[in-house]
Amino acid sequence: MSDRKPKLAVFKFASCDGCQLSLLDCETELLELAAVAEISYFLEASSRALPGPYDIALADGSITTEEDVRRIQEIRKQSKILVSIGACAVAGGIQALRNYTSVEEYARYVYPKPEYIRSLETSTPMSKHVEVDFELNGCPVNKNQLLEVVAAFLQGRRPNVAPYSQCVDCKIKGNICVMVAHGVPCLGPITHSGCGVLCPSFNRGCYSCFGPKETPNAPSLGNWFIQEMHVKPETVERALRSYYSGSDLMKTASEEFGAARQKFGLSPTPLHPKNE
Amino acid sequence: MSIQSKTSDSPSNRTIRVEALARVEGEGGLTVKMRDGAVESVQFNIFEPPRFFEAFLRGRHHTEVPDITSRICGICPIAYQMSAVHALEQALGIEVTPEIRALRRLIFCGEWIESHGLHIYMLHAPDFLGYEDAIEMSRKYPVQVTRGLELKKAGNDLMSAIGGREIHPINVRVGGFYKFPERRALEKMLDPLKRARDIAHETVQFVAMLDFPDYVQNYEFVSLSHPDEYPILEGKIATSRGLEIPAAEFPNHFEEYQVEWSHALQAKISARGAYFVGPSARYYLNEAKMPPGVRQAATSVGFSREDCRNPYKSIIVRSLETLFACEESIRILERYDDSVPERVGYRVKAGVGHGCSEAPRGLLYHRYEIEENGIIREARIIPPTSQNQKSIETDLFNVANRNALRPAGELAHRCAHVVRNYDPCISCATHMLQVILRSAG
Repeated sequence: MSDRKPKLAVFKFASCDGCQLSLLDCETELLELAAVAEISYFLEASSRALPGPYDIALADGSITTEEDVRRIQEIRKQSKILVSIGACAVAGGIQALRNYTSVEEYARYVYPKPEYIRSLETSTPMSKHVEVDFELNGCPVNKNQLLEVVAAFLQGRRPNVAPYSQCVDCKIKGNICVMVAHGVPCLGPITHSGCGVLCPSFNRGCYSCFGPKETPNAPSLGNWFIQEMHVKPETVERALRSYYSGSDLMKTASEEFGAARQKFGLSPTPLHPKNE
Repeated sequence: MSIQSKTSDSPSNRTIRVEALARVEGEGGLTVKMRDGAVESVQFNIFEPPRFFEAFLRGRHHTEVPDITSRICGICPIAYQMSAVHALEQALGIEVTPEIRALRRLIFCGEWIESHGLHIYMLHAPDFLGYEDAIEMSRKYPVQVTRGLELKKAGNDLMSAIGGREIHPINVRVGGFYKFPERRALEKMLDPLKRARDIAHETVQFVAMLDFPDYVQNYEFVSLSHPDEYPILEGKIATSRGLEIPAAEFPNHFEEYQVEWSHALQAKISARGAYFVGPSARYYLNEAKMPPGVRQAATSVGFSREDCRNPYKSIIVRSLETLFACEESIRILERYDDSVPERVGYRVKAGVGHGCSEAPRGLLYHRYEIEENGIIREARIIPPTSQNQKSIETDLFNVANRNALRPAGELAHRCAHVVRNYDPCISCATHMLQVILRSAG
């Protein structure tokens, strides 16, 4: 990048806005960031909307409309580096639960006049539509990791974001394992590091809002819940179908437990039975 | 904000299109039809794609609801968690302890400080001072913007200290919390909050000096009302025209309806129509419950309850509520006891529950029907921005009419300012904004 300040752009798709808000939540670093990069497009924060091309584009949210398919393709063309930030952009988000059923039925449930609603059948990640240069996990993303990603691309290097499981972080932090010590089912073993192992630090099991870690074995963990902790299959199915329900891995694994539920015909139970 | 205007149009019959409104949460716009120099009609468009939360909440376990509904909004997740737990606790017959209630009020104060701090300094003040954003504003007002960020940070840090993180906190559950934070950890928030209280005082003085358009409306204000305190967590639903009802009667007096130009349902009072929720409504209806320090701050800048009728002055009300939230959180923190049970036990049973709380931008209603096995059968969520849509359109109509002959860019800016007066949360309302000015032709 030459003498001019690199141009940073932030775009929003279907989301809660939390991931781009994470950037505004970097209160101490925000003005410093504005000093080294030109924030060219960030509607949540500024009325100034400069045209591309951009050096770095951050996009949060999932793709749920035809218009948004066109928009992400145009953003890709305009951006040297495109980073999808957050569970919605990386995996489709909680709204990808529609992928398991009919969006028409959803629209009929929520809206008196569903015919006014324009929405695709599925909620999909950016990577299903365009090539992305980096994916940052989390619902929401961790703001320190977000700053690392932006800093890395400004410096022309790969971001340093660990791909291992939550368990590694619990060991580093010195947390007592909630599963071993308290019998609380925890998705930490298959979940991507990054949040700072919040849930186990608050005596609850991880509910996987950072999505699958590298090479997870979700079926094995699910079977362990069922056999050793007497969790019902449909509870495992539901637990795997949440903030990353749109990821192929969670889809395949959860369907396995859905089949188990049909086989045994069991009644639903909560994921944290010991806490009831 | 990109504005499209057909240069061939005369000022009195023209098309101006602002593709996407800035400095609001989410994606939206508006359409103003002009004919013969007057505004013919106004539509507030929300294009944020629908996410269908109520539909996919069905079939989930009730214990998952606070975490899932917080994902409706990254700016006010605690309001979603609180309205959800209130409704579910009513359905399950759970009464929480005064200590749990106090800790819930404390984390909610953090959300008010963070959200109001963001809106005052980063989203709203640039409109009054003629800047595109807070970063540009910081060149002329470096001290104010830095202090505003510090204020916002105090709110976020309080939320993280109790909830683990400021966006989608993980500690709130049906029946209480997963864990009461240690007293000595929370005590570290006292000094930053006292500093935040001083900044909030300065903020009241700063925003009261802004120029406010002379625009007053006779809105029907709606907010929670509590016998002993300024409403955050709970209370009866009260209006400035005398309605006072428990949350459970909300559906009998308020109704949602759908318009073709919006992905958010709109709401009205069945008997009368448009109404107004948010800080100005809360202050109008509950001024007497404000502690003396906040009322003195209001008096010192010449702000009275009737000023709530000028929507531009909502920035003053937000600053007063921020001062209140700082004082209230210090008061709660000083009495905080971490040695009590973090939750109350309960038996799962079938039931129906209604819950309301005051999100920073206004009343948020939830209703759930739970099956006997704890699974959600029905869900209904009515966020503040849906409720304000009709009042926003009325203000837009009036302000566009007064400024009908101004150049396209200026008119569009004035319309965008009107929308930002309401601190709309568009992700919430669809669970957006686009300014389009169209000629009648």
